[in-house]
Amino acid sequence: MEALTNRVKEVSRKPMSFSERLYIPNILKGMAITFSHMFKKQPTIRYPEQKREFSPVFRGLHVLNRDEEGRERCTACGLCAVACPAEAITMEAAERLPGEEHLYREEKYAAKYEINMLRCIFCGLCEEACPKDAIYLSETFAPANFTRKGFIYGKDELVIPNQLIDPAGFAEARGAARNN
Amino acid sequence: MTLLAFDWLLIIEKLVLIAIIVFASLGIALYTTFAERKVAAILQDRPGPERAGPFGLFQPFADGLKLIMKEEIIPSSANRNLFILGPGLAMTAALMTCAVIPWGGTVSLFGREISLQIADINIGILYVFGVVSVGIYGMMIGGWASNNKFSLMAALRGASQAISYELAMSIALIALLMTTGSLSLRTIVEQQMALGHLWNIAYQPLGFILFFICAMAECNRTPFDLPEAENELNFGYHQEYSSMKLGFYLFSEYVNMIMSSAVMASLYFGGYDIPFFNESVLPQNIAALVGVGALLIKIVIFIFVFMWIRWTIPRFRYDQLMNLGWKSLIPLALVNMLITGAFILARM
Repeated sequence: MEALTNRVKEVSRKPMSFSERLYIPNILKGMAITFSHMFKKQPTIRYPEQKREFSPVFRGLHVLNRDEEGRERCTACGLCAVACPAEAITMEAAERLPGEEHLYREEKYAAKYEINMLRCIFCGLCEEACPKDAIYLSETFAPANFTRKGFIYGKDELVIPNQLIDPAGFAEARGAARNN
Repeated sequence: MTLLAFDWLLIIEKLVLIAIIVFASLGIALYTTFAERKVAAILQDRPGPERAGPFGLFQPFADGLKLIMKEEIIPSSANRNLFILGPGLAMTAALMTCAVIPWGGTVSLFGREISLQIADINIGILYVFGVVSVGIYGMMIGGWASNNKFSLMAALRGASQAISYELAMSIALIALLMTTGSLSLRTIVEQQMALGHLWNIAYQPLGFILFFICAMAECNRTPFDLPEAENELNFGYHQEYSSMKLGFYLFSEYVNMIMSSAVMASLYFGGYDIPFFNESVLPQNIAALVGVGALLIKIVIFIFVFMWIRWTIPRFRYDQLMNLGWKSLIPLALVNMLITGAFILARM
């Protein structure tokens, strides 16, 4: 039969040579290999203290963005929820009242905005759908929780800290890629 | 009253020595489990346990605590008494070996000459072999009493392996004993310490290799860890064990490793002898302590080699194991014995 690729490797059925039957020379060879590994650099990243560097396009947990004056950008248009293939996003809209202009950028805002992190597949389609640049996927990852309920992230977890009040928290939530 | 008129201080002295040696062995075994994980990690380009305490040094205590806190399960159809006896027997047999190993020279304390050996019996090495064989009962009883066919099969596997390799080990040892002319471990070590006499490894290189391979098989170390093949042969004779009883089985293996390292160091590598150095220059007590250190260093090197081999080569198949034991090691050991005998005759 003709081989489909030239990568076929014939299995050798020849009997073991004397030195192979002794085992010991080959065992010593193997031990030399393992010994040389003692001096190799470890690729380990000691996780909570050290973190792996992500590429700029990494998609982690979601962040609800604010504009330059610290107002929420989201207008609860629902395009992200429509775009979401995993149906992880729900929201309720509300009308901005007089005197709330410093909180919300436009007349309509999201009173409730929830993302179920167990459903989310981190595809980033919500980010692409958003016309107001209000949602994006950050560099934070590995959400951990004790209950399923805890994985439904509300506005308190999603909205980025106000850069005018808490600049450090804002920079952290924004992620290194966007800060530079 | 004459019955009671013997040296009472001797008993106290021996009891203190026993306590020190047993606790030291257990302590070293505790850290051998840590070293095993660390050596494995380093050979595989990993850092290994490093979270519990500085450099992970409290890891063995965390492991022990975990084992103690686990639920103690005795299967309802198991033979209860034997089930409990098994791990105890394995541990006792492992620790009993330390009685005849000469850990150092003599120390003079409070005007007494204290020999750093619990019992210098004239059949020391025979005693070691006897006790090691009793250790197999720990495995057999554990496997049988669990009333689990996989445990029983693993125990049979282990027992047949131990018996096969004990044979080659004894024949390799006979060649050594022919050159030393003594069964006492203290005498064997002192012969190697004498000026102008090399360590026994120089006279019995093949015998040492055979002994080392068989010792590995006796300790159930990879490549001979068929009795407890963790990943494919259903874990082995301690499959039904949990909590500290399992811990005893696993721990006795490490104690065995230390003891066989100590025996090998005493038989072939001069025991507490410091290489290229005449100990009689030093004051007696210091010489004895330095000797203990030398023996410990040799043991540590042996343990490292055991681990190094474990993390290098895979396990033998059962037929390969038996082929190697019966068709290679025993004939080689017999040839070694014949050559040694011929040399001794020629020198006479």
